[in-house]
Amino acid sequence: MTEATADLAPVSSKTTSHGERLIYRHTVWVRSWHWINAIALLILLMSGLQIFNADPQLSWGMTTDFEHPWVQMESTGDGARMRGITTVAGLKFDTTGILGASGPKGSLEDRGFPHWATIPGLRDLGTGRHYHFLFAWIFVINGALYVAYTIWSRHLKRDLWPTLADLKTIPASIWEHMRLKHPEGEAAARYNVLQKLAYLIVLYGLLPLMLLTGLTMSPGMDAAFPGLLWVFGGRQSARTLHFLSAWSIVIFFLIHIFEVLVSGAFNEVRSIVTGWFAIKPTHNDKGAAS
Amino acid sequence: MIWPTLNRRRLAALLATSTATGFAACDRITDDDKVSRAVGVGEVLTRTAQRAILTPGQMAPEYAESQISKWFKPNGTTDPSSELYDQHVKDGFKDWKLGITGLVDRPFSLSIDQLRAQPSRTQITRHDCVEGWSCIGKWKGAKLGEILTRAGLKKEAKFIVFHCFDSLGEATDGSDDYYESIGLADAFHPQTILAYDMNDAPLGTQHGAPIRLRVERHLGYKQAKYVTGIEAVASLDHLHGGHGGYWEDRGYEWYGGI
Repeated sequence: MTEATADLAPVSSKTTSHGERLIYRHTVWVRSWHWINAIALLILLMSGLQIFNADPQLSWGMTTDFEHPWVQMESTGDGARMRGITTVAGLKFDTTGILGASGPKGSLEDRGFPHWATIPGLRDLGTGRHYHFLFAWIFVINGALYVAYTIWSRHLKRDLWPTLADLKTIPASIWEHMRLKHPEGEAAARYNVLQKLAYLIVLYGLLPLMLLTGLTMSPGMDAAFPGLLWVFGGRQSARTLHFLSAWSIVIFFLIHIFEVLVSGAFNEVRSIVTGWFAIKPTHNDKGAAS
Repeated sequence: MIWPTLNRRRLAALLATSTATGFAACDRITDDDKVSRAVGVGEVLTRTAQRAILTPGQMAPEYAESQISKWFKPNGTTDPSSELYDQHVKDGFKDWKLGITGLVDRPFSLSIDQLRAQPSRTQITRHDCVEGWSCIGKWKGAKLGEILTRAGLKKEAKFIVFHCFDSLGEATDGSDDYYESIGLADAFHPQTILAYDMNDAPLGTQHGAPIRLRVERHLGYKQAKYVTGIEAVASLDHLHGGHGGYWEDRGYEWYGGI
């Protein structure tokens, strides 16, 4: 088969010894970007939580509202009686062991996120910042190359941008996703409409938002680009939005992993590691390899 | 081709071992000195980018009187409480003198009254702590650039160092004394002042009396409090830990603009 069904990469396909038809789905550029980005985002998240721990509260506006931050993690009591309390919009939750106070039983430590969620594990703002900014550079350079590639190779227009016909299938696609049904046969070679929208929102929405809200927290960048403060409504608002978009990416990641698992984990992981993706014959594909 | 021969078992093993070693090695990796230094490479990139983007004329945002924070968080040392400092507080700093020394043609010193008579600037700016919080305050102080011009910097001078009264650690040999340093572009920036007034009142003990540096395009730890002396130097290597500041010697970035 040489017809243009595999639209995620220059078309080529082959048949394995088991008679499975494999298409070359992801180019080496997309695969490299994906894995570098995944590692960078993991380190950015964990070092970001280290930085957050230095002031585990969030405010809206230009300055910190020390009296009524909308999110706050704190500890109460000492020694064996220490409790971790998380306040969100005025509601208090006991989050002992995870948020506010965590560590070995009986000797909890006052800290926002627990040691296993931060880089480094110990409280060390200076080192956390070094990791954060180094991997921010890797994320930005990798991301800029990816964006340039998606435009130059038409990956963005051809594979990610939903067509009008795609948009009309949104209700049907939502129903399919709810029943954990996934496109089979040749339809699986293309991204479905919800997948396209999710990737577009994350790639061209959340990831740039992470970068811009991160820069807005810099007093130097605010002097160079005062418009940043205006766009995000102040430095503390930018810190809040940076935190919320980071967790939105975590939610995307969880859905992403869930979809990989339910749509054929091995095939999906192989395609983002090697590029090769197996097209499973549908009931209608008469004569296709079994 | 090696990649397409990847089978289910090999892939699962690869994922399992990489995840397990990743978690087990995490602390060992971050604790390694060589790794720490390698990670610091990003700082060179960050500093270079910031210095390229920030032109001398770009001003830190200034705010309205109504935006001044009701409570300005004091951080770091809130009282140097040394015998000498306590005596100065008692006398209202009448015997205190700010020395301008180092690589200058005309070293001199200024009393607090003489400093108040220098060309000044008043600004309402945002203080951004490296920890994450921000407060807005109103500062009035002598323009650092004018003082340096009066002293006449020698050609070799590359950094301006601020020596302080306070000490953050336990050491009694001076190795825990607070100090800071900035480059010349920031020293001559119009918003860089030696602030003696905060929110229309003389600077209080908590905020660095008698004077603190305001270098507005940088983080809070660059805004040295309790300044006792200014020194022009060619290199930061011979000072304390050699990284140009108390916190810089303990791992923070020297430029501190983000």
